[in-house]
Amino acid sequence: MADIFLDYKFIGTVKDPREFVGNVIGERRQGKLAADLNILYDEDVDAIYLETAKGRSVRPLIVVKNGKPLLTDEHIRQLDVGQIQWADLLKQGLVEFLDSAEEEMALVALEEGDLSPEHTHMEISSLDIIGVTTALVPFGNFNQGVRLTQGSKNQKQAVGFYASNYFMRMDMDVNLLHYAQKPVVTTLMYDVLEYDKHPSGMNVTVAIMSYKGYNMEDAIVVNGGSIDRGLARSTYYRPVEAEELRYSGGLMDEITIPDKDVRGYRSEHDYRLIEPDGLISVESRVAEGDVVIGKTSPPRFLSGTDEYNLATNYRRESSMSLKHGERGVVDFVMLTENEEGNKLVQVRLRDNRIPEIGDKFTSRHGQKGVIALIVSEPDMPFTASGIVPDLLFSPHGVPSRMTVSHLIELVGGKVGALGGRYIDGTMFNSEPERDMREELRTYGFRENGAETMYNGQTGEEFHVQIFVGNMYYLRLKHMVANKVHSRARGPIQLLTRQPTEGKAKEGGLRLGEMEKDTFVAHGASLLLKERFDSDKTIIPVCENCGLVAVYDARRNIAHCPVCQDSEVSQIEMSYAFKLLLDELKSLTVYPRLKLKGKY
Amino acid sequence: MANAYAEYETKLPKSIMEEVKQHAAGATDAKLKKILAAVYIEYQRALVDPGEAVGNVAAESIGEPGTQMTLDTFHFAGVSEMNVTMGLPRLIEVLDARKTIGTAMMEVYLLPPYNAGQDIKKIAEKIKETSFREYILEFHIDVLEANMTIKLDKTKMDMVDATPDKLIKVLLKGLKGFEFTAIGTDTIVAKSAAKDEQLKDIYHLKEKIKDVYVNGVKGIKMVLPVKRGEEFLIVTAGTNLKKILAIEGVDTTRTTTNNIYEVEELLGIEAARQSIINEMNKVLDNQGIDIDVRHIMLASDTMSMSGHMLGISRYGIVKEKPSVLARASFETPLKHIFNAAITGEEDHLNSVIENVMLNQPVPLGTGLPRIVVRHFPKKVVKKAKAEVEA
Repeated sequence: MADIFLDYKFIGTVKDPREFVGNVIGERRQGKLAADLNILYDEDVDAIYLETAKGRSVRPLIVVKNGKPLLTDEHIRQLDVGQIQWADLLKQGLVEFLDSAEEEMALVALEEGDLSPEHTHMEISSLDIIGVTTALVPFGNFNQGVRLTQGSKNQKQAVGFYASNYFMRMDMDVNLLHYAQKPVVTTLMYDVLEYDKHPSGMNVTVAIMSYKGYNMEDAIVVNGGSIDRGLARSTYYRPVEAEELRYSGGLMDEITIPDKDVRGYRSEHDYRLIEPDGLISVESRVAEGDVVIGKTSPPRFLSGTDEYNLATNYRRESSMSLKHGERGVVDFVMLTENEEGNKLVQVRLRDNRIPEIGDKFTSRHGQKGVIALIVSEPDMPFTASGIVPDLLFSPHGVPSRMTVSHLIELVGGKVGALGGRYIDGTMFNSEPERDMREELRTYGFRENGAETMYNGQTGEEFHVQIFVGNMYYLRLKHMVANKVHSRARGPIQLLTRQPTEGKAKEGGLRLGEMEKDTFVAHGASLLLKERFDSDKTIIPVCENCGLVAVYDARRNIAHCPVCQDSEVSQIEMSYAFKLLLDELKSLTVYPRLKLKGKY
Repeated sequence: MANAYAEYETKLPKSIMEEVKQHAAGATDAKLKKILAAVYIEYQRALVDPGEAVGNVAAESIGEPGTQMTLDTFHFAGVSEMNVTMGLPRLIEVLDARKTIGTAMMEVYLLPPYNAGQDIKKIAEKIKETSFREYILEFHIDVLEANMTIKLDKTKMDMVDATPDKLIKVLLKGLKGFEFTAIGTDTIVAKSAAKDEQLKDIYHLKEKIKDVYVNGVKGIKMVLPVKRGEEFLIVTAGTNLKKILAIEGVDTTRTTTNNIYEVEELLGIEAARQSIINEMNKVLDNQGIDIDVRHIMLASDTMSMSGHMLGISRYGIVKEKPSVLARASFETPLKHIFNAAITGEEDHLNSVIENVMLNQPVPLGTGLPRIVVRHFPKKVVKKAKAEVEA
């Protein structure tokens, strides 16, 4: 007697659970029961679970009977000519959807050749065992699994043609690739996704060779000529937004050029680009510090008598300006109203991003790298037929990572480019490498893809043949322009007087505990002190009680408020230490500084 | 010839002198002088400069390769339950001077003829600590009589020439309040000597009797005779250096334990110092890491210089630091600061970390030398000036 649960509710029992399950599945295949009803018989607890709930992931499989798939070539032909639809296949029980529970009872064959009488289902395509992005990796079945994962992860970060209505959109932090192409080496998934409508990479000529050590450790060397011709150029869009907020007491923000008496007024130069309505005109060039939207806000914390106090009645400056290191051109200005009926201004900034040293690129095989050198075209190596590669990839990136698909794509791309056709690199079902090599020979190239190459600077022939071909490369959204940061002087923290942390706060780069040790190990004592001078202060200390004294700037004397008539010395120390002394005092510990001559 | 050497006998260390003597055996006197002069310059150059941060460099030299070490434990071939703590965990164990270590082990070397393999099994068996548990085949408790019949393992008894009577003697020594009688050659009957609740006692006895120590060396849990090269030795799990060294046929000069505290207790702090070096080298060799011995020696010296073992931890050498701020900056700052406040401790800012905290030059390297200025009274200066002018 097996219990039956429908969507985890007990509904009854059945004597022969196997027969019951068989009946349910049979009826479902005949179309008498819903196609998304799934069933599981759990032998261990002797219970049958029926599920109809929404939100389960189900996947289609071809039904197999006696080692033969029910879906025949005839059905596929009929599908092709449009005589039958997908729904018909479901109704006839040739194909069915299984959820994760019912999969427990199924034995699924990957391809037709694997079928045995025990099999209950077959994959529609062997590609089904792989996810959407992973299926974009051509020849991926030749790879180590990890590289596939990394390859698909990298592709998600690619810069591309993300939406055709991009001009109407106000997306945050987006990139748009100028000359996006469809890959020469494709997979089935590219057709399924209609990738040619939103491509995100470019077909480039790649030579696997080193270049004066500039492409070691995953770095890549790029042809400057290719960049000049528009290789991997992209635009970076960033919106700036301001809203006229309403405050209590009928006060509100105002989008305008701030008056000079506004608290926090910057400088006339910073406001030069905005017009009296507080908006900036389209196509104006803006750089760090420039105000994009001029705005003033009412004073904060108004209470009681303050309202009549003239000094506190100044409005605050709250304009939107470009942060440290930013630049761009105003692309689009929008004046509208938001859900609360407040005036809303959105300004979209655009910045042209030409590939530069430090920008990140990847092939589709988890072989990412950053540009380390841009070589002018005449200095690039060239092949016997005069082809100059766009990109040089280091041979050391291949053996340890075993990305065979990377190499096969190179050959495939070459064949595709020469033959003027697309190469199918779908996993488990790709064009055989041997055929591609054979075809390459017919075009007058060496079948292994290697070519004689010459040094671009000296014209000398290289002693070895170099593996050259065409590949699909993607530009990733990580660009140095968004990341470079340095500082010599800058803001400090209020509490410790040490430099702030992080790029956003224009912070310093910390010389940490372990770095400190290296200075000590070198015996560079004074250099170390100089490094830590960032929070150096001169503190008046009472020679009698050893506590921090007070400096009276008006009388230009320091005196100890505890001892009154005692000697006070100016002592140099880090502010952090002074803070430590203060914190010790708060712990009721009396930290007494005993002063004596240094020498 | 000899004269040339005599001059450098005190200037160069013995090992270098020996090396020179060996390599420059046929050299003429004049040549030898030149060689020795060159060697001396090289030697001077190799010496550590005053103010060099040797401790810091040693710490970095041991710490950096430590990051590359694997956390694997080494599995003893052939013995399934014997996993030896190796790699980073063992290194930390040694440097922390832990009292209880992951796998206490001994290597017992033997004197001839035993080191050729003679009676090796028997010696090993003799060393191993055995408890009464190993002689028991089965128990039988008679509830009515309130006694327990213990069936003994005859083969095991024969191996060490034990009889029920001998075992009873051992049992009487280890357990109080019970009476034992031998029946035949392989049975012992136990009865409680108590007035009442005899049966409860018997049930307790059933568990207690298993752990009664019979013979062997206490602490030696497992023994494994091993052939290393041409020689046989016994590797043990568990240590007891004192008792092992007392056994006849054991080579007392080479037998070791990896329990540094046992070495310290029996052989003194100098031996413990060497033991730390050996144990660390064992780990580092095993991992294929090359660290200059002098770094390890410095660590070992630091740990043993107080006369007893101190770990490189807040309970060990850090506790010995004279500076409050240095101790507080390591671990548990509040504890150190409050204790210092209670006792009114002073910090003379003589070491590195305190000076970093105060943003002062650290007294190391270029920060070490000071210029001493002699303060002349004004008159003296004037007089000196006058002399110069005149």
